[in-house]
Amino acid sequence: MTAPFVDDAILVATDDGPRLVGGRCSACGTSAFPRPGSCPRCGSEQVDEDVLPDRGTLWSWTVQHFPPPVPPYQGPQPFVPYGVGYVELGGRVLVESRLTESDPAQLRIGRELELVLTPLHDADGQERATFAFAPLERP
Amino acid sequence: MSTGVAIVGLGIHPFGRTPGVSGRQQGVIAARRALADAGVRFEQIDLATGGSMDGGDADSLVSDLGLTGLPFQNLWNGCGTGGSALLAASHAIAAGAGQLGLVVGFDAHPRGAFNTDPASLGIGDWYAESGMMLTTQFFALKVQRYLHEHDLDPSILATIAAKAFENGARNPNAWRRQPLSEREILDAPMINDPLTKFMYCAPGEGAVALVVCPSDQAHRYHPRPIHLRSAVLRTRRFGSFEVFSPWLSVERGPSPSADAARLAFEQAGLGPDEIDLFQLQDTESGAELMHMAECGLCEDGEQEDLIRSGATRIDGSMPINTDGGCLANGEPIGASGLRQVHENALQLRGQAGERQVAGTPRTAFSHVYGSPGLSACTVLSV
Repeated sequence: MTAPFVDDAILVATDDGPRLVGGRCSACGTSAFPRPGSCPRCGSEQVDEDVLPDRGTLWSWTVQHFPPPVPPYQGPQPFVPYGVGYVELGGRVLVESRLTESDPAQLRIGRELELVLTPLHDADGQERATFAFAPLERP
Repeated sequence: MSTGVAIVGLGIHPFGRTPGVSGRQQGVIAARRALADAGVRFEQIDLATGGSMDGGDADSLVSDLGLTGLPFQNLWNGCGTGGSALLAASHAIAAGAGQLGLVVGFDAHPRGAFNTDPASLGIGDWYAESGMMLTTQFFALKVQRYLHEHDLDPSILATIAAKAFENGARNPNAWRRQPLSEREILDAPMINDPLTKFMYCAPGEGAVALVVCPSDQAHRYHPRPIHLRSAVLRTRRFGSFEVFSPWLSVERGPSPSADAARLAFEQAGLGPDEIDLFQLQDTESGAELMHMAECGLCEDGEQEDLIRSGATRIDGSMPINTDGGCLANGEPIGASGLRQVHENALQLRGQAGERQVAGTPRTAFSHVYGSPGLSACTVLSV
């Protein structure tokens, strides 16, 4: 996919594919996403870039069944329901994400997921890539 | 509190939709009713506090109530706005800044889900553009995890909603006054799994006003003053699970509701088991479920048996949301927290009509929770 990232502060291209970019406090070790200007736990302003793992487990989930207001929403039109969940990444942080799966029967807490890119379209019709997580195996 | 504060005037404009009457005008109506209830004129009010999200500036009410020159503070704390306004007025009264205070909350929101700007909360635009800037998702994600951790059956969410509409049917000021069966609630369109349309409250309209004064003066204004035993506002601490969170810590911490409730009980010198009725934030039915435990009414996971046994109904051992809560009243943000205090005060006066809790309740607790992670709680007593 060649579309630019929705925000270069949250995604980075690596040799192994796209990764989410968080921050890790150099004072207390707390991880956060996106990388904050200061640590939400101890207030330190020394927060280092932390490239997050691309695999994780589903911590909670729901399905978005009604269209969010446009703007700001830039997902597929006409609206199609999508999953939303918190994904635990490497025991460091729970990241909220779109899920490629929107069938409740396929979504269960603890399921293994991997990072993928999914397209958005801005008001001018330009494609941009945001992140989502996709199931790794059959449930 | 050093000097006790009492509520001596109650005013409400019915919740729901009132075409032709603005949110601001509803605030004026509620204020006039509270003043009349306390038997005072606006010229006698020494200070006022209030807030609204979409209804206009609270201090503009002086144009209608009287240009007396009084200090009128506008306050805004999301769903905690009413609680915050009551807290500010009670602190001022307790500090001797005046004898009579007016607290007012009102709102009138457009239909549909709130469209919050991520920048106002320090979040990047990508969050809303990707489809995650929705309060409804937060409540669903939180209760989904909670049901999983405590092995609770999702059908309990319909039992909670059915109770709310049953109570709302007995409340002339409520918006939704039609009882719904658990089946109808479960079969309604899914909004965000596991929550259906009838398990969520909707943004609406409404207004509430209160007149407060020092407790030792209260009998001058009302034969049955209601004492504000505590009023507490708390914001989130690290590790709590909050609305509009692009990430959460892997460590769970106490919620602002748990902190605010514990302090409110402590300051009142009363435990949850000494409270006769409760109003808990029920933005959706899972919120009532989780807030029962967060506020210390029971342990995590005990809710299902309590609810199924009828404990939280008006005739139960711990009546919750006796006026139908947010589910039956909708949520005009500025007014919602004060609606709870109004309902508790009305119940303690014994004036709650068809929904009156039997046995002359003497103590009541209220709790609001809102974005971006705050809670306001009160304990009232006769």
